Amino acid sequence: MKLNSKIPSGPLSEKWDKHKFELKLVNPANKRKFTVIVVGTGLAGGSAAASLAELGYNVKNFCIQDSPRRAHSIAAQGGINAAKNYANDGDSIRRLFYDTIKGGDFRAREGNVYRLAQISNNIIDQCVAQGVPFARDYGGLLANRSFGGAQVSRTFYARGQTGQQLLLGAYSALSRQIGSGKVKMFARREMLDLVTENNRAVGIIVRNLINGDIEMHAGDAVVLCTGGYGNVFFLSTNAMGSNVTAAYRAYKKGALFANPCFTQIHPTCIPVHGDYQSKLTLMSESLRNDGRVWAPKDRGDKRRPDQIPEAERDYYLERRYPSFGNLVPRDVASRNAKAQCDKGKGVGETGLAVYLDFRDAIKRDSKEVIEKKYGNLFAMYEKITADDPYQTPMMIYPAVHYTMGGLWVDYNLMSAIDGLFVLGEANFSDHGANRLGASALMQGLADGYFVIPYTIGGYLAGVTPDKTPASAQIFTDAAKKCSERTKRLLSIQGKKTVDDFHKRLGLILWEYCGMSRNEQGLIKAKDMIAELREEFYQNVLVPGIDKDLNQSLERAGRVADFLEFGELMVTDALNRKESCGGHFNEAFQTEEGEALRDDENFCYAAAWEFTGEGKEPTLCKEPFEFENVKLTQRSYK
Amino acid sequence: MSGTNRINLTLKVWRQKAGKSKGNLAEYQAKEISTDMSFLEMLDVVNEYLTLKGEEPIAFDHDCREGICGMCGAVINGRPHGQEKGTTLCQLHMRHFKDGETVFIEPFKAKAFKNIKDLIVDRTAFDKIIQSGGFISANTGGAQDANAILISQKNADLAMDAAACIGCGACVAACPNASAMLFVSAKVSHLTLLPQGKPEAAARVTAMVNTMDDLGFGNCSNERECEAECPKEISIANIARLNREFIKAGFFKS
Ligand SMILES: Cc1cc2nc3c(=O)[nH]c(=O)nc-3n(C[C@H](O)[C@H](O)[C@H](O)COP(=O)(O)OP(=O)(O)OC[C@H]3O[C@@H](n4cnc5c(N)ncnc54)[C@H](O)[C@@H]3O)c2cc1C
Ligand code: SF4
Ligand code: FES
Repeated sequence: MKLNSKIPSGPLSEKWDKHKFELKLVNPANKRKFTVIVVGTGLAGGSAAASLAELGYNVKNFCIQDSPRRAHSIAAQGGINAAKNYANDGDSIRRLFYDTIKGGDFRAREGNVYRLAQISNNIIDQCVAQGVPFARDYGGLLANRSFGGAQVSRTFYARGQTGQQLLLGAYSALSRQIGSGKVKMFARREMLDLVTENNRAVGIIVRNLINGDIEMHAGDAVVLCTGGYGNVFFLSTNAMGSNVTAAYRAYKKGALFANPCFTQIHPTCIPVHGDYQSKLTLMSESLRNDGRVWAPKDRGDKRRPDQIPEAERDYYLERRYPSFGNLVPRDVASRNAKAQCDKGKGVGETGLAVYLDFRDAIKRDSKEVIEKKYGNLFAMYEKITADDPYQTPMMIYPAVHYTMGGLWVDYNLMSAIDGLFVLGEANFSDHGANRLGASALMQGLADGYFVIPYTIGGYLAGVTPDKTPASAQIFTDAAKKCSERTKRLLSIQGKKTVDDFHKRLGLILWEYCGMSRNEQGLIKAKDMIAELREEFYQNVLVPGIDKDLNQSLERAGRVADFLEFGELMVTDALNRKESCGGHFNEAFQTEEGEALRDDENFCYAAAWEFTGEGKEPTLCKEPFEFENVKLTQRSYK
Repeated sequence: MSGTNRINLTLKVWRQKAGKSKGNLAEYQAKEISTDMSFLEMLDVVNEYLTLKGEEPIAFDHDCREGICGMCGAVINGRPHGQEKGTTLCQLHMRHFKDGETVFIEPFKAKAFKNIKDLIVDRTAFDKIIQSGGFISANTGGAQDANAILISQKNADLAMDAAACIGCGACVAACPNASAMLFVSAKVSHLTLLPQGKPEAAARVTAMVNTMDDLGFGNCSNERECEAECPKEISIANIARLNREFIKAGFFKS
């Protein structure tokens, strides 16, 4: 398939303005004739549904949770970026653009990222108008902090609950539209398929999670805002319900999946402590501003940390990266922690952890100062581990956190299927091979509040409303297929639980398609996943019936899709014979052990096209063109 | 993780089939539970066991497992979210339980929260209250610069304190009258403390309180149970603020 990114021509800073002017408009009286389906109520979905309804469209909004307010976005802690330059420290739209492109290791589109930086400022204005209680200075102005290695203070925050407050802002705008009848809310629904007609999205099939009914919903456009697929690894910092199903089903209907192997592993999470563990908890990356990361110099050193003398500790980040020290980017910090543990120098019961030590910071600044900065994080750590980080170093280990890959979209955020738009973490567009801190919230809200309201008009202006109603045969056929899939899962009645398979899939991916990858391992993983999938369809045990609230069945459906999607990740990783951002192929590294890009051969988005069950997908390339930035090699020495 | 232990517990869990109005307490053994597990991980272990035995696992709501989405919640030994102060059920750890203990696990019970299945209840009434007025009417686009209106740090902090509510419903489950006053007052406070929320303050509080009454929540009679059980430690000072706002709204109307 030939990909057309539809990036407007002209100077970078004028593209979006020009494009907005050129997009066709739907006249106000006609807007109410259109129905838009929005799947997801996170920052992307909530903001899109509310904004589209405000414009006059009829919106049907869906989410898995019992309330739109509970989408996974609620858990984001650190903050949201914007190029306001309130701190007067040299920030600008251009700098935010450049940092994001560079942070993504030059694997994103200039046009999209520039637009994101431009819109960032409107987001903060909009959120303040809605009553988001951002942190403020004594004088009553908005406070900023620096975050995620940025050299300027451009991050807005609401204590450690920025995602919660932004989402509650979007949720309140959405609630207002639900109250007024413009949005019809369908909570506790899971999208199981996309309905298409001549490569045009015309609706979705969902399962009502309370009674198991399969429902058909028609719309003139479908907007997927279903989040990331980090849970393919089983253990991640994502909410338990996060999944790939909606995006993967769209892929099978003709949307392309771009860069699925680009996953972000966050270095500072609470380590795994048992095989019953259900999820991993992120400890804010701000801790690395004061904590020192170390591991014992000797392998298998089982002494308590306070009994390991200074000379027998290896502050490996400070040693290897004298100028950045503990503040190297996420991917570098993560890989180094893994390397220590692989050498047998890991600590804790499992040997899969390193220390993050505040002893010296407390000595230097006093306990009070450290408490003021990190008190809530220390308390959270203690709640989970029963260890007191003021007394003994924290134990940390990397964990899957965010997925840069996602459905391929053009500048209008439309996928390869007409009328199927993809927003937020579910698309691939803005973060390249690595996402910077505090930029996912920005992207979700940019897409929902300020991009889709314009670009969807450009599409709908050329569409006849309600062309394919839910009574059409294609809906009944699609619904039937969904019921058959559920019935099949229930009928296997094997001997192993759904979680058992999910955990095993996670381990394969973590081992071979995680922080560092090599060809041999990836080839092996591909076979292992195929075998596991086969075993799943012979031996999974899903209790209960379909016409009931059945959480095992819900998980089984998601794991079935993960079992196919995991293989696509591996295929993508195998294809990309270079290292960039979150994708570290051991065969491609600099002498310093840094990711070595191959801009000549791999400066493209790898968008995969489904070609049929059991068949290898086709690779479609969208080359990235850089007219405004120079591609450079990262170095943190 | 210092001092990991294994404990055995007897669970008495509320089981209720979907669509049925009655349920009962069933007894299960939770064996070899690591004290590092969270309460929900303990339930996961029991559910794996039940599944393999051919029984239906216990249905319970959860998502973030970090104490922020508000999806989890059950009454543990008579207390919503369990005995630990300021803690959601997903953040409650098994080290707070003793080997050999019997633990009662029941759903939130309130007239306005119908049981759906086992420990899962319907809290959409909370959404309806917000839909009736728990927002600031500010359409997307057209907002002025975010720093155009100053907000004192004190008010921003107070607003944030109230906005920390996760909408879990424990306050309703804890209240002898099943009142939703703490939840409603948190939203009213958050928005009226901010200058942007002032223009609609009277209409908001009136609509939200009326909707709360219509949905079958009880009255507040100052029992303070809500504050004691709230996992986000929302203060009942918010209820006093709501009452002032409500009186003010009525006063201006008449
Ligand atoms: C612990 C943590 C901390 C983070 N901190 C930050 C931070 O400080 N700053 C930052 O910028 N980013 C942060 N991130 C990343 C950021 O939170 C996410 O990328 C972002 O919130 C994703 O938003 P979204 O709207 O795309 O999707 P989500 O918020 O994941 O929403 C997905 C929605 O889709 C629905 N859905 C999914 N599948 C289906 C289906 N099949 N059918 C129906 N509905 C479905 C869900 O119910 C939900 O409503 C953090 C992430 C984590 C895990
Ligand atoms: S006030 Fe507290 S208990 Fe009530 S819903 Fe909010 S967070 Fe839960
Ligand atoms: S599962 Fe989200 S608050 Fe407990």
